[in-house]
Parts: sequence; C-alpha cells; structure tokens
Amino acid sequence: MSTLEIKNLQVSVATETGFTEILRGVDLTINSGETHAIMGPNGSGKSTLAYSIAGHPKYTITGGSVTLDGADVLAMTVDERAKAGLFLAMQYPVEVPGVSVTNFLRTAVTAIRGEAPKVRTWVGEVKTAMAALHMDNSFAERNLNEGFSGGEKKRHEILQLELLRPKFAILDETDSGLDVDALRIVSEGVNRVAENSDLGILLITHYTRILRYIKPDFVHVFAGGRIVEEGGPELADKLEEKGYAEYISA
Amino acid sequence: MSTLTTNYLTPTGREEDWRFTPLSRLAGLHDSTVEIGEGVAFDLSIVPTGVSFEILDRSLVTASSKTKDLVISRVRETVTQIAKLAIAANSEIADPIYLNRKASGGKPIFSRTIINAGANSHATLVVENIGTEILGEEIEIILEPGSHLTFISLQEWDTQAVHVGRHHAVIGKDASFKSFVVTIGGSVVRLLPTVEYSGQGSSAELNGVYFATEGQHLEHRIHVDHNIPNAKSRVNYKGALSGNNARTVWIGDVYIHAAAEGTDTYELNRNLLLSDGARADSVPNLEIETGEIVGAGHASTTGRFDDEQLFYLQSRGISADIARRLVIRGFFSDIIGRIGIPAIEERVMNRIDAELESVGV
Repeated sequence: MSTLEIKNLQVSVATETGFTEILRGVDLTINSGETHAIMGPNGSGKSTLAYSIAGHPKYTITGGSVTLDGADVLAMTVDERAKAGLFLAMQYPVEVPGVSVTNFLRTAVTAIRGEAPKVRTWVGEVKTAMAALHMDNSFAERNLNEGFSGGEKKRHEILQLELLRPKFAILDETDSGLDVDALRIVSEGVNRVAENSDLGILLITHYTRILRYIKPDFVHVFAGGRIVEEGGPELADKLEEKGYAEYISA
Repeated sequence: MSTLTTNYLTPTGREEDWRFTPLSRLAGLHDSTVEIGEGVAFDLSIVPTGVSFEILDRSLVTASSKTKDLVISRVRETVTQIAKLAIAANSEIADPIYLNRKASGGKPIFSRTIINAGANSHATLVVENIGTEILGEEIEIILEPGSHLTFISLQEWDTQAVHVGRHHAVIGKDASFKSFVVTIGGSVVRLLPTVEYSGQGSSAELNGVYFATEGQHLEHRIHVDHNIPNAKSRVNYKGALSGNNARTVWIGDVYIHAAAEGTDTYELNRNLLLSDGARADSVPNLEIETGEIVGAGHASTTGRFDDEQLFYLQSRGISADIARRLVIRGFFSDIIGRIGIPAIEERVMNRIDAELESVGV
C-alpha cells in the first residue's frame, strides 16, 4: 500500500513578462488501488499538475510538497521519480528519431527494474503486452513515436504502463484523439494493469467519455489552478449534464 | 627541387571556396611557395582475387576529371607516382577491400590514387585514415557501366592530423556509387566528395557523418554535377558538435545542366549543437538549368538538443546521460545503418560513443 500526497502545490511558468502562476495550492491524496479523475475546462492547469509531478523543467514549484510514501518527490530528478514508481502517460508523446521502440522499452525497463530483463522471457513479455493492446509485432521495430497515429501513440503509452509497473500512473488526456474502439482497447489496458498491480491512478480528462470504461472512485473538479469541488462518480454525471460553466464564472 | 609549371595562386581566405577554411593550420598544403613532397598513400596488404594494385608513372595516367581546387591542382602537379586499384569487370568481391594509410612520419605529402570499378563489378572499398598525417590527396573513382561500388572513407585521425582531399567519382551508365564519409578525428579536415556522370541511368548516394570537438575544423564540400540526363543523386550528411571552437562546414552544391533532363536529386544536412562555443555552417546550393526533371530539393537544419526528447526518456526512468546518448545515436543511426557492413557500422558507432564520452555526454 503506497500513498502519493500532494499538499498545497503551487506552480509557475516563466513567460516573457515574468512568472505566471498556474497552480494555486492543490491538495490531493491518492492511495494504491484508487482511481481519481481530475476533470476541468481547458487551461485550468490539469496538465501542469501532471507535468509538475513528473518533473518537467518548464515548471517552477513555488510552494507546497509532493511525497510518495513520505519521500520528497520534488527533490528527485525526472528519472528518479520514474524509478520511485511514478508514471506519466503523456497527451503528446515525443518522437525520438532513430531510437527503436524495442531498444527504448528495454532501456527503460532495465532502468526501472535495476537489471536487464532476461532475454528468454523478455521477448514473450513484450509480445503478450502488445497483443493485449492489439499492436502488431512490427511496431517494436519502428522509431519511437515517429509517424505513429494518435491511437498508436496512446497504445504505446499504455504498453509502457504494463511493462514498467509503476505504483502510480498519471494519465494526461489519454482519451483525446481516440476513436471508440481505440478508447476501449486503451481503457481495458489501464484496467488490466490496475487489477494486476494495485495501481493508483490519476486520470486527467476534459470529457466524461473515458469514465464509462475506467471507473473513478473519486472525482475532482479543477478550475483556476486548484480543486474546486470533490465527490464520487456521481459528480461526473453532473458535469456531463451541466458542463464547467459554474466553475469558470466562480 | 621541382619547379611548378603553373603558377597557382595561394588562396588568401577571401575566396568563396576558402572563406571557411583556417589556412594557417594547413601546414602549407595550400601555399604555392611551400614545397611539398609526394608519397604513396596506401598499402594493400592482401590483394583479393579480382583486384589489382599497382603504382604507375604519371606519363601513363590521364585525369578523368577537371578540378579548380588549388590544393588538388598542386597534388596533380607534384605527384609522379600514382597508385591504381582496379576491380576486374564482372567480379563480385564479397569482403570489403581495406586500403591502409601508409605512415609518412609526419612530413607533409601529396598523393594521388585512381580507383577503377570494372563493368558490372560489385565491391566495397574502405579507406582507413589513422595516425598523424599532413596530407593533400586526390582519389579519382571511375565506375564503368553497370558497376556498383561502395566507397567508405573513415577519418579516424589523431588530433594533429591535417587532411585536404578530393574524392571524385565519375559514374558510368547504369552504375551506382555509394559513399560514406565518416570524419571524427584530425585537426583540420577539408574533403571534397564530388560526383559527375558519364552515362545515363546512373546514381550516386553520398552519405556523411561527422563529429567535431574542441578546436576541430571539419569541412565537407559536396558537389554533384548533373551533366547528363536521367541520373539520380541523394546526399545525406549529419554532424554533431561539442566544445569551444568546434567547427563544421557543409557545402552542398548540386548543379543540374540544361541537358540533364530527368534528373532526380535531393540533399540533406542536419547539425546537432551539443554545447555553446561550437559553430556549424550549412550551405545547400541548387542550380537548375532545366525544368524537365523528376525532382530536386534540399533541406538543412542546425539545432540544439531537444529537451522534450530528453524529458520523455527520463520520465521512463532512463538517466540523463543514457538518454542523451540514445538520442544522439538515434540521430546518426539512419545513415550508419545504411553502410550495410556490421563490423564497420559498429566501429563508427563506437567512435561516436567515444566522442560522447570525451565531451562528457
């Protein structure tokens, strides 16, 4: 049982005219096995929260704390956070020309597990995980994210989730750009990992569509850089009906 | 004491062809008042079946191409003993033929080599440039009709070496020429990988990889002369730079004559700046005298390390130094992977790894 605890997190980005504050004191605690949905309008700071936890250099932490089982996440380098058990499925995975998927996966798994996977079992492990996400074997030989369709990029993110086995996964708009079939396959992948590993999930989304496949235990409404309302799954239904208007004007 | 029959003008550095080159570091190779001796540049320890290697007096040799380059003109003027390597017609040489550089004890020399790929032959030549030479050289490469030649020139020089050279290919009907120029070592390297065609249906693929570290000047001046119809060319050079006064120059001249209908050409140069204080010049230049062509294009980019790539890899647990190496290896891998000889691909990648190690990436 692990806990990811975010306390009064304040984050700014540098702009031409100085620092702009984006997160204005976020409090959120996620335990293993829990699924939290963060929902909010565009520009509310949802993605900033995700990238700040992962350690993107663009964001400056101006206050608050993030701890994983008491360890100071904000003091860790980006790769140390991943090794500690955090995973960010990105909305726009980055293309890396000349680096094959298979080379990348092996390098990442070696880093996370602390030793190279056994050749004998590794190939089978990757093939099984790829088949479960309806990915062709040839995928492994392609260059990382290069020329991938939107659906392929998202499947590849979830493939990494399966292989890297983190304690907590932050899914940043994983549903964006997916058709119904791809959304179902990707969601099943997330649910499969959650069932097998007691994964804690922070699901960031603008739409309620993905919540039909990945059932949240808690729903948090995000607006103006902070959480403005919290509740159970029923809160998502209310958002589906009424939208974010009342939070934006607030 | 030989007297030059032609009065070559010593370049001053203001000429378009010489404005990037640090003349003061050429040890006189360019200077018509400095006498340079001649030497045979290569040893061929094992001569495979289907290959001949001989030294010819220049009275028996006619140049297959014209040059205006002042150092190369001096080379032709000076050298009396010319090395000639010939691949017999219709022969298929499976293993790469290695041309080992003969050490000249640090004395500046000029040398001239002629390579002849016989009709319908298949072969791969590897020139290994190692040691501390000060060398001005010309290698003329004649591809007879239907021949396929891969020419690999590895500049793995020690840090003091100076290398000014022209690798000129004349490509016959239906012949294909593939070159890989890998420039890692040397103080100053200025190479002219140039191509012209002598028959239709011919093609040239000119590839290059270079890595300049502190104080190195690595210059590649490509010239593709589309002088006849229906020939193809592809140019793809990539370079990385790191350290103070690390300097690279890439010139890509492609000339499509009025007669060269059906030409298909594309050239590409990418540079990756890994630190401050380094400078890459990249000058693609396409001149077209006919519109009746299949295609002609060029691209050139010079950029810094992509922090988003680094973040993505690190966010998967990969440490910053391994992530940087992955990205840089990836940057070069499409060109290196086309060499097609695993031992040489590995050797080049290892050299790049060693460069990265030396600059602390």
